Amino acid sequence: MAEHSVEMRGVVKYHGTMLAVDHVSLEVRRGEFFSVLGPSGAGKTTLLRLLAGFEHPDEGAISIDGRSMAEVPPNLRPVNLVFQSYALFPHLTVFGNVAFGLEMHRVGRAEIVSRVHAALDMVKLTGKAQRYPSELSGGEQQRVAVARALVNRPSVVLLDEPLAALDLPLRQEMQMELKAIQQQVGISFMCVTHHQEEALTMSDRIAVMDSGRILQVGTPREIYDSPVSSFVANFIGVSNTVTGLVRTVQRAECSIEISGLPPIVARCPQRIAAGSRVTVLVRPERLILSREAPGVGVNALPARVMQALYSGKETVYLLRLTEKLTWKARLSSSEAERERFQVGEEICVAWDPQEALVLNE
Amino acid sequence: MSAQGPTLPRWLAAPALGWLGVFFFVPLLVVFLISFAARGTYGGVTWTFTGANYAALADPLYLRIYARSLALAALTTAFCLLLGYPLAYYIARQPARRQAAWLVLVMVPFWTNFLVRTYAWIFILRTEGLLNTVLLDLHLITDPVEILYSDTAILIGLIYGYLPFMVFPLYATLSRLDPSLVEAAWDLYARPWAVFWRVMLPLTRPGVMAGCILVFVPALGAFITPDLLGGARTMMVGNLIQHEFLVVRDWPLGAAASFVLMGMVVLGVAAYMRVERMRQSS
Repeated sequence: MAEHSVEMRGVVKYHGTMLAVDHVSLEVRRGEFFSVLGPSGAGKTTLLRLLAGFEHPDEGAISIDGRSMAEVPPNLRPVNLVFQSYALFPHLTVFGNVAFGLEMHRVGRAEIVSRVHAALDMVKLTGKAQRYPSELSGGEQQRVAVARALVNRPSVVLLDEPLAALDLPLRQEMQMELKAIQQQVGISFMCVTHHQEEALTMSDRIAVMDSGRILQVGTPREIYDSPVSSFVANFIGVSNTVTGLVRTVQRAECSIEISGLPPIVARCPQRIAAGSRVTVLVRPERLILSREAPGVGVNALPARVMQALYSGKETVYLLRLTEKLTWKARLSSSEAERERFQVGEEICVAWDPQEALVLNE
Repeated sequence: MSAQGPTLPRWLAAPALGWLGVFFFVPLLVVFLISFAARGTYGGVTWTFTGANYAALADPLYLRIYARSLALAALTTAFCLLLGYPLAYYIARQPARRQAAWLVLVMVPFWTNFLVRTYAWIFILRTEGLLNTVLLDLHLITDPVEILYSDTAILIGLIYGYLPFMVFPLYATLSRLDPSLVEAAWDLYARPWAVFWRVMLPLTRPGVMAGCILVFVPALGAFITPDLLGGARTMMVGNLIQHEFLVVRDWPLGAAASFVLMGMVVLGVAAYMRVERMRQSS
């Protein structure tokens, strides 16, 4: 058996004159939950359609289970797609929908019945086999779509924005459930989403994609903690950014000059020399707000509270540092309870130099 | 299904209902009564009550005409479906702007009088006509084929005339068919034929049925096409009715023939609706 369920090598796909997929190379490991994360129009869905066989790459090669997929039509590929709109057959019952792939493979009737019911049990739709899709809720339809793919035991299940059509509580529930199902069946999942939290919670690895290109591949923690660019950092979670000029580099720390603000100190990655322009990223939840300036060894900038947004579990403060620079600070309820800041108040924004990330421009 | 929006006043339907009542239902009733009357000595209608006209239609001569009409109408419907489905699917999958252009092209023949278009077919099909000239010039045949004035000519004319009636309802359902359903079937290992039989056809059945009714019913009663393209001995019910009313001037027999035709259509549509209801309730 091949080590990788999916392998893409230098895949290029044009839609007319638009470059939808730009030299994408990636592999999905066997049994892995792999997500492709990116804004709409990044080419994520095209990637899935190339794997499903609905579209053909203009350049590059795709193999599934070590077998080249060139010239292989969708009905002969060992993949199943969970469509964003679910695409359940409205004229068939839940049973008929889930059994469809097995019937096309000419699996025996007795085996079809037992496998369909096992799949429906797994997605918690026991007893709904005789319903029609129109009689089901959105969440239930989603489960049918997942069961319809899983029941065939494909090499990889492709999911196109699987949770986008569900409302928030259901989405969070389904995130955990999808992950649990995937671990239970051990089939590789390749999921496409524009929702960073979804990708972070469900995935073993994530590929961040924009304008047809893969920007970074890594575990959720790698992507979140060490993004390779400010695009990735911003996309994976709102970041506060500020650009500046490196003045001095001392061991692993550099001092950065920012126009209109006091200089700051940050953990300095390699390859950055004095004089280079850099972007400093600080996550909103890593900021500490106080009325008095903190002690030495901590970065501190003056700011004015513009807005305080209370949402139960947390409070988000909008802070103006300079005319052009607005940051967000995200305080958990317990932090926010300790000290409340009023709109218009002049305060101090502080963070540990180790928490800031410096990216070469 | 319940209607959406505000309840509309009933009189909105009144003009059309009045029109249909006066100009359709009343004449129909008159024809119905005539079908039970007797023929006067010099044409005309003698008002008696007799079933003799219907009994006369049981003659094998007339039964053959009904059988031929049914067969030709059925074949016309089948060919229109075979030709129309791929065309409608092709149009429905075009970009929106091109769809409109295609639909106009399907409709263009309607801009010319049906009679003129049928005469054109005579020029195409006759022994020294366009078809034979081309086939002879290409050396595909050595002797001209005699198509005109045969059942084949009628069939060609009927298919030509009624194809748009098949394409439009099929286009309407196919354009509403979610393309991802076709892709889903394909993704679930269905070969192209299985995609068609298991997903596309069941989901477009209403359009198929509407198209078949729209083609079958007028084809069954057609009389211009068989009159011009058919031979002297190939009559359809439409010609029989025309013949009885206008040539023989046996109005009662013509009226009875009309009602048998109508009865066949009504029974056919009723049977179809019954089957559909059973399918839906099962």
